[in-house]
Amino acid sequence: MAGLELDPVLLARLQFAFTISFHIIFPAFTIGLASWLAVVEGLYLKTGRQVYEDIYRMWIKIFAVCFGMGVVSGVVMSYQFGTNWSVFSDKVGNVIGPLLGYEVLTAFFLEASFLGIMLFGWGRVSKKMHFASTVIVAVGTVISAFWILSANSWMQTPQGFEIGADGLLYPTNWLEVIFNPSFPVRFFHMLTAAYLTTAFVIAGVSAYYLWRKLHVEHAKVMFSMAMLIAVFVSPLQLFIGHMHGENTMHHQPVKVAAMEGNWEQGGNKPLYLFGLPNEDTETTDYGITIPNGASWVLTGSGDGVIPGLKDVPKEERPPVATVFWSFRIMVGIGMAMIFTGVIASVLYFRKRLFDSPKFQLWCMAMTPTGFIAVLAGWFVTEVGRQPYSVYGVVKTSESISPVIAEQVLLSLVIFIVFYTLIFGAGSYYILKLIGKGPIESQQAEGYYEHGHETAAPLIAGDHQGAR
Amino acid sequence: MFDFSSSWLDLPLIWGGLIAVAVLIYVLLDGFDLGCGILFPFAPSDQSRNTIMNSIAPFWDGNETWLVLGGGGLFAAFPVAYAILMPALYLPVILMLLGLIFRGVAFEFRFKTQGRDRKLWDASFHIGSVLAAFMQGIILGNLVQGVAVTQRSFSGGPLDWANGFAIVTGLALIFGYALIGATWLIWKSEGNTQDWARRVARYVSAYVVLGMLIVSVFMPLNDIRIQNLWFSLPNMLYLSVIPLMTMAAFLLLWRDLHSNRELRPFLMAVLIFLLGYLGVLISIYPWIVPYSFTVWDAAAVSTSQSLLLIGTVVFLPIILAYTAYSYYVFRGKTSDEIHY
Ligand code: HEM
Ligand code: HEM
Repeated sequence: MAGLELDPVLLARLQFAFTISFHIIFPAFTIGLASWLAVVEGLYLKTGRQVYEDIYRMWIKIFAVCFGMGVVSGVVMSYQFGTNWSVFSDKVGNVIGPLLGYEVLTAFFLEASFLGIMLFGWGRVSKKMHFASTVIVAVGTVISAFWILSANSWMQTPQGFEIGADGLLYPTNWLEVIFNPSFPVRFFHMLTAAYLTTAFVIAGVSAYYLWRKLHVEHAKVMFSMAMLIAVFVSPLQLFIGHMHGENTMHHQPVKVAAMEGNWEQGGNKPLYLFGLPNEDTETTDYGITIPNGASWVLTGSGDGVIPGLKDVPKEERPPVATVFWSFRIMVGIGMAMIFTGVIASVLYFRKRLFDSPKFQLWCMAMTPTGFIAVLAGWFVTEVGRQPYSVYGVVKTSESISPVIAEQVLLSLVIFIVFYTLIFGAGSYYILKLIGKGPIESQQAEGYYEHGHETAAPLIAGDHQGAR
Repeated sequence: MFDFSSSWLDLPLIWGGLIAVAVLIYVLLDGFDLGCGILFPFAPSDQSRNTIMNSIAPFWDGNETWLVLGGGGLFAAFPVAYAILMPALYLPVILMLLGLIFRGVAFEFRFKTQGRDRKLWDASFHIGSVLAAFMQGIILGNLVQGVAVTQRSFSGGPLDWANGFAIVTGLALIFGYALIGATWLIWKSEGNTQDWARRVARYVSAYVVLGMLIVSVFMPLNDIRIQNLWFSLPNMLYLSVIPLMTMAAFLLLWRDLHSNRELRPFLMAVLIFLLGYLGVLISIYPWIVPYSFTVWDAAAVSTSQSLLLIGTVVFLPIILAYTAYSYYVFRGKTSDEIHY
């Protein structure tokens, strides 16, 4: 960027990064919350206990707000490929277009239609049908993640295509495209990330109730469920993440070199707990390290050879510091989540799970960490693949639309201003709902009661709207 | 892998048709809920506003998904068309999305507020709906006029889209959506709200007639191809069915709006939209980027179109079935109840 001249590539990247980062916050939460609500409603149907209904009805409102914001920011994303990356769309449309098409056909319609029943159908359809709708929405979010992550993973580890004489990409094997090498790990890592994100939000909220001695009965149920996930799923995430790293070392070695801050290829490489990667001197300074750590983690032996940034010329390297630090933030949070699970188990066996104010404060502090880790993880993935948008095939700088920079800047500013407003309002209403708690938030609002009671079909005595 | 293209299966044409259908369903479905947003502040009371909101709240998300299918379908089946049209219509598209954001979040937010805050989200719902409708009209107006293209990309200026004709189509679409919205409310509400909707539908329909007339006169004047298409024999004989039926539909609508019919006004409004849409479609056929790429020039490779066609054939009927189910669940009149 020379002087004040606007760089359209940089602006388009900033705009894409901003809008997708905003979008992913909501799926990260709604994917987990939808599944959790399905479990809660299932428990309610099975046991008939009022607590479960109360919990369900409190969180479904929070779910509705987040889902709404997820939908509108997602619709923006589906047009951003064209507005900002039109050349990319033209080149790779043959390959990833159908994947996005399948996402719409198999997931978005499913989510959208049954969401209506989930939110407004309470009392209009039978309890079983309502439960089925919740399950369908939950399944829809997972299917949606499946397709979009397949598309993204293909951009990381492309295969099953050929480049035509016209420079466009043509698919040759769909199964290879969809199940590309990094897809399985990325899919599970992201799903687990969503479940963890949700669990830690629920944990934080119920810890707050326990700490303030509010809604204690409900809080105990929510806290136990959240801790169950923390105990079992956070170590699983470490394991999946580890496999993810090995996979990346195989397919995107330069990215791994950036994650580790490693410049020279070789064995006996240290694991940096702290360090400042310096692109000019091509060293990582002020390192606090675990000797042989990186070699050991990535290859299983202390003298294992790991890739270095100097393997490729400077212009082929991603911005090292961003990748390096985002990676440390994510893994650090992962460790903190595992630690939470360990403490929860200890407290549980001492029969003090609900009685430790210190632990409650800790859990409250952990509330937003899932979101931060998700964003950090995506920054590792996406920045680490630079300067390519389709790894090794299409450069980011060759992907951009022929739109003038001012236009992109203008819309970027508009997005930042309005997204901030909307995000602020949404967070405020969610906090208000949390403040009201499981009982009050229900009475405060009866917007499930869609339509006249008289017009509502009373299906086989299952009517339960009027309580 | 899969490749269905053959002499009897014209994949690009099928895909052009499918996208046209997706956009049509979008226009009809989101049409009534955008229309409700456009009319929102003019409703006689807060109670009516609750009714209006409740009548569309379970559906808006599903309705909007057709827009995603239209965009996604275009990307998948005609990548180069998507790659030309999006930059060409950059600002209208972004502004439309912004409008959709504002009205989308208003659904959830207004349920959570009272008093002044609620007024704020009511305004956001209205302004968002008007903005989205206007920008969609502008996009339509530009499509029929064509965009500047060199090789495989857009080569015009950033404000090419802001021309007189497009502004007229933008305004016309606002009134068009308001008409579908009003007739939807005649069907879904009763009492005060219904009476008001009936009155509104009457004068809005006058503007719709005006808008359709202007567009019908301008399009053939603007483009000699369209003129030849409509005004040469024997085409003129067949095609005159469209304007004649449109006139008949307007007459029936007008009568219904002065009687107490509840469903038929909505059906007539839908029919009017359908006919108008068909008229535009016939005029720009077979261009997908008027007037530089036909559906055949812009088509994705046939394996890609085939793969997605399998999905469409399997899933579209299922989608239609559960969409119908969800409308069935929420059938009947809507109430204004929000319990506080
Ligand atoms: C516990 C230790 C963890 C390890 C070792 C780990 C490992 C990784 C690696 C290596 C990547 C980069 C993949 C690539 O090459 O593109 C990644 C990405 C990512 N991580 Fe983690 N991760 C951990 C914890 C977490 C946690 C706790 C979360 C969120 C709650 C999370 C969310 C993500 C996300 C969303 C991505 C981007 C999507 C993807 O590429 O999968 N990770 N992780
Ligand atoms: C949802 C979480 C995601 C986040 C937070 C994220 C983040 C980012 C960031 C930060 C960039 C800019 C990188 C740079 O230019 O340095 C980027 C670029 C991009 N991402 Fe993602 N991304 C996500 C998911 C996806 C998915 C699912 C896709 C496609 C299916 C995708 C496609 C792209 C494309 C096309 C670009 C622009 C080209 C490029 O810069 O490589 N992203 N993303």
